[in-house]
Amino acid sequence: MTTATGSRTVRRVAHVMGFPVSLAVRGRHADDAAGRRAWEDAVDSLARAESVFSTYRADSWISRLDRGEVDVVDCPPEVAEVLALGDAAADASGGAFSVHRPRRDGGFGLDPSGVVKGWALERSAAALRALDETDFCLSGGGDLLCRTLDPAAEPWRIGIEDPFAPQRLLARVPVSTGAVATSGTAHRGAHVVDARTGAAPAAVAQVTVVGASLTWADIDATAAFALGPDAATWLSTRAGRTGLVVWADGTTTPVPDVQRSQW
Amino acid sequence: MSTPVPEARRRRRLVVTGMSTLTALVLLFGYHTSTDPTASAGTVAVGTAVAGSGSTSSGSTGSGSTSSGSTSSGSTGSGSASSGSAAGTTTVTGDAADTRWGPVQVRITTDGSTITAVDVVEFPTGNGRDQEINAYAVPELVQETLSAQSADIDMVSGATVTSTGYLQSLQSALDQAGL
Repeated sequence: MTTATGSRTVRRVAHVMGFPVSLAVRGRHADDAAGRRAWEDAVDSLARAESVFSTYRADSWISRLDRGEVDVVDCPPEVAEVLALGDAAADASGGAFSVHRPRRDGGFGLDPSGVVKGWALERSAAALRALDETDFCLSGGGDLLCRTLDPAAEPWRIGIEDPFAPQRLLARVPVSTGAVATSGTAHRGAHVVDARTGAAPAAVAQVTVVGASLTWADIDATAAFALGPDAATWLSTRAGRTGLVVWADGTTTPVPDVQRSQW
Repeated sequence: MSTPVPEARRRRRLVVTGMSTLTALVLLFGYHTSTDPTASAGTVAVGTAVAGSGSTSSGSTGSGSTSSGSTSSGSTGSGSASSGSAAGTTTVTGDAADTRWGPVQVRITTDGSTITAVDVVEFPTGNGRDQEINAYAVPELVQETLSAQSADIDMVSGATVTSTGYLQSLQSALDQAGL
């Protein structure tokens, strides 16, 4: 059997949805026509997500929905899927996470960005998952998912950025097949708010979540960040995830998987 | 500051009560199958052992794990049913099922009609690959300052990197180093 172990890692980069998308791929189709086609399909999938969900585009479905010009049933089916994910995330986080953000005028605006990114990356990876004997790690703007077919192969080595010095690494975590998502204030400033108060959480600088699904790792990282002082406590209740919370004072709290810690 | 990571041990014990928790046990072992079909051997072994044990028949419990097609010698096989101290309590230990990560063996306790406890008496360990079936590693703090060139990493996770900030980012350096 041909394994990906030891084979050369090929890298590809594109810019879509406002962030860079990086692919590291190794194995049989790393550098052939099928592999390149899968990469193009993944990027196309992300571009489609942007056209549907971008809150920066007045003509996106989500913007039209927000203005009341269309109903959910008029939109492509993934709109209902993403909004349902947002509701589930709101339930799981006690309301700290929401796709309905308080506006300055007192109303609520529709902003599913906290769900869309991880969900869209997860969906886009379907083309890469279809490649046989090929392992990959797909990253979009600092959130990523990995696939390794052979359990004996080396896991992907994931670095976690230092929120106080983004040119440095704060931690490392090996991931064979799974997802890593990080939420924080580096690069973009305070863009996550507690949906219950509309205020940016002060106690936490960065939250990283490792889990099976990038959709949920991304949601959990954002929700934990929004919970501020409760970030690590809440994250420790989430089964099947590990994580790392970096507090505003620079201290850190690694979060083991609640399932494992029960053993 | 750093929380110790639970090390895989040769024998782990999981005690659960009630039927609802059996679902959790099966999910625990079946967790990885959604992303890696090669893990199915382990899932079948455990899932079958639990399902078969519902009858409290030691025979069916022991033989249940053979459906994985990879049963080991089964040193504590079919005949290991024993009565406990409580009236009507029966304890049954299933055969150890070989998975690609190592042996898995489950012991159940019933009160005659309901499973009251499940012990995992044998669990794969040690070679690092057992993490594949039950959990992810906890991020490990890096003590030394690292640059992209010296870091032994494939990809970087960080707070949302925009395309404008990308050129300053570690990921950019990684991509360039690999192209």
